Amino acid sequence: MRNRYVVRAAIPAIIGVIAVTGCGSNKSSGGGTGSSGSHTVVIGLSAPLTGPLSALGLGMKNSVDLAVKQANSANKIKGWTIKFDPQDDQGDANVGGQVAASLSSESNLVGIVGTLNSSVAQQEQKAFNDQNIVMISPANTNPALTQGDNYASGTKTRPYKSYFRVATTDSIQGPFAAQYLKSQGINKVATVNDQKTYGAGLVAEFEKQWKKQGGTVTSHQTINPGDKDFSGVISKIKPTGAQALYYGGEYPEAGPLSKQMKAAGLNIPLMGGDGIYDPTYVKLAGSKSDGDLATSVGAPTDKLQSAQDFVSAYKSAGYKEDFSAYGAYSYDAANVIINAMAKVLPGKTSIDSTVRQAIVAAVQSTDFDGVTGHVSFDQYGDTTNKVLTVYKVKGGAWVPVKTDTFNS
Amino acid sequence: MTQFLQQLTNGVVLGATYGLIALGYTMVYGIIQLINFAHGDIFMLGAFGGLALYDVLPHSMQDQIIIALPLCTLAGIALSVAVAVVMERVAYRPLRNAPRLAPLITAIGVSAMIEEGTRLWYPGAKAPLDFPQLLPSGAVTLGGVRISYASIVVVVVAVVLMIALQTFVLRSRTGRAMRATAQDPDTAKLMGINTDRVIVVTFVLGASLAAVAGVLQGARLGTVRFDDGFIAGLKAFTAAVLGGIGNITGCVAGGFILGIVEVMAVQYLPHGSGYKDLWAFVVLILVLVFKPNGLFGEEVAVRA
Repeated sequence: MRNRYVVRAAIPAIIGVIAVTGCGSNKSSGGGTGSSGSHTVVIGLSAPLTGPLSALGLGMKNSVDLAVKQANSANKIKGWTIKFDPQDDQGDANVGGQVAASLSSESNLVGIVGTLNSSVAQQEQKAFNDQNIVMISPANTNPALTQGDNYASGTKTRPYKSYFRVATTDSIQGPFAAQYLKSQGINKVATVNDQKTYGAGLVAEFEKQWKKQGGTVTSHQTINPGDKDFSGVISKIKPTGAQALYYGGEYPEAGPLSKQMKAAGLNIPLMGGDGIYDPTYVKLAGSKSDGDLATSVGAPTDKLQSAQDFVSAYKSAGYKEDFSAYGAYSYDAANVIINAMAKVLPGKTSIDSTVRQAIVAAVQSTDFDGVTGHVSFDQYGDTTNKVLTVYKVKGGAWVPVKTDTFNS
Repeated sequence: MTQFLQQLTNGVVLGATYGLIALGYTMVYGIIQLINFAHGDIFMLGAFGGLALYDVLPHSMQDQIIIALPLCTLAGIALSVAVAVVMERVAYRPLRNAPRLAPLITAIGVSAMIEEGTRLWYPGAKAPLDFPQLLPSGAVTLGGVRISYASIVVVVVAVVLMIALQTFVLRSRTGRAMRATAQDPDTAKLMGINTDRVIVVTFVLGASLAAVAGVLQGARLGTVRFDDGFIAGLKAFTAAVLGGIGNITGCVAGGFILGIVEVMAVQYLPHGSGYKDLWAFVVLILVLVFKPNGLFGEEVAVRA
């Protein structure tokens, strides 16, 4: 009797093992593009390709893939072929740590694009920096990543010299939102954040500027990523007379929060940062989300003259998913790495730490016109492009209402 | 005071959902001493089953919530029950006489399978999905406290189901067989009770209640996600332990207590909304320190 049970239990286990190893071999054989170049160099990606934030992550992946394919077909790096190795960090800092460990041990890897989440980047920066691997994020906005943990008190020190970003920071995004709300005649706001590096940092920067302008924060609350029922939070805000809710976090929580607010009779706009600027937000927030606001980095991609080629190339490449909020930035980030490789790699035959260091240096001195605007980095690795846009939900879609640079 | 009552209302609604899910934990535990960690995912499947049917309903029926809600609930129940029965047959029954740890680990594995399966197979489930408005919108205001029609439906449905279950377990023939199996499976078998059938019935009942909770929560909060079952399951399990696992009345009470503690923490404690889970577990620990069997744990005889 017992034995039969053991056998029966063993069958799913064996199938499981086969499935897992099957995935493994798929991955390693997937990248062999093998075209013109004789040597192979790898660009990695760390982004959430599954899970609630995958809409953003898949847009990043496809955009980098597009940049790599274009560079390969144009034979941009003499004698070398670029291989793209996207990895799924699930938007989770722990998984990110594993992704960083696996990517940074690849001998032909010189750079990665990512991450989406500041909290994940925090976990990955050191592993890449130790190996002199360039890391360029199209989306991280937490100031501490480039300016050190004490940036708020004015002591800015760059923690990792191989980390760069093409997105501007929350120390600009938060205040920019505060100025916009003020200009709309709003004086009292409630804030909610999800306690992650990004959400908490964004709300802190927002509140600083908001108080400086003489505005009132009527209630400051936190939630947990993954929370679904916000009735308690909403009931607490309602009697405070807040005219808007500023939310630090991402759309999986922000969308339902907005929907539940309006259903509970709290009809005030929800405003958030780039973490909620996604079509999924509008879908989740429902028909009553008209008037909700978000800021996002840069100018709207489809309005940018410089991005037209990217948009049409992306469309004709036939990717299943939309390029989303960070697609154009990911494309630029990939091209920063590709341009640096084009400077350093020709004539070389293998990747070692001197080559990697030369690539980090080449990225630092980047200076070109990307699809999102001019791309160059300051001494902290932050982008010099500090343009932001306010978007508003109108008729079930995000519509840009104001593009500007922040002036304090 | 108004604020207190408003939050109390929120807590009762939340607690009703926890209670409904917790019943599945407590019944299964009562009968086969298995902590079925996959039960939270059965709850999540209920919501997805309802959503799947809604998407294929003709437009005219989608707008009629009086038709759409019962149909979607039935679809949710069908999916949850089907998966629960298969799960019991394939994953738990072969381990019936194995050491206790084996089915427990299996349950965790089943939970991961259901979650990942949903994520991979349900179209669009990689991201949170919008759940249709299946509950009436609008609200009544009683002395400054706003009670939405949706929450009234949730609480009424939950309480009716809980009473029905209690009556079923205490009065019906199958209910008596369930109680007998819970007390002593071997003797029950000698008395001619088909204990395998009783166990399946237990899983079916638990899954049905969880599915109803899933559809109601999806409709009330307007969103479903493949990993909803994890936190909800953990909370419901806490509710069951709080009330004394194995005890039906206790687990319902545990659900309400947990829901109310959570929203009161949001309102009255510093950083409450971020730490509400922590306060929920603090209450659990305190109860277990002073009453290790849970609040209603002694009444072992009526567990089912």
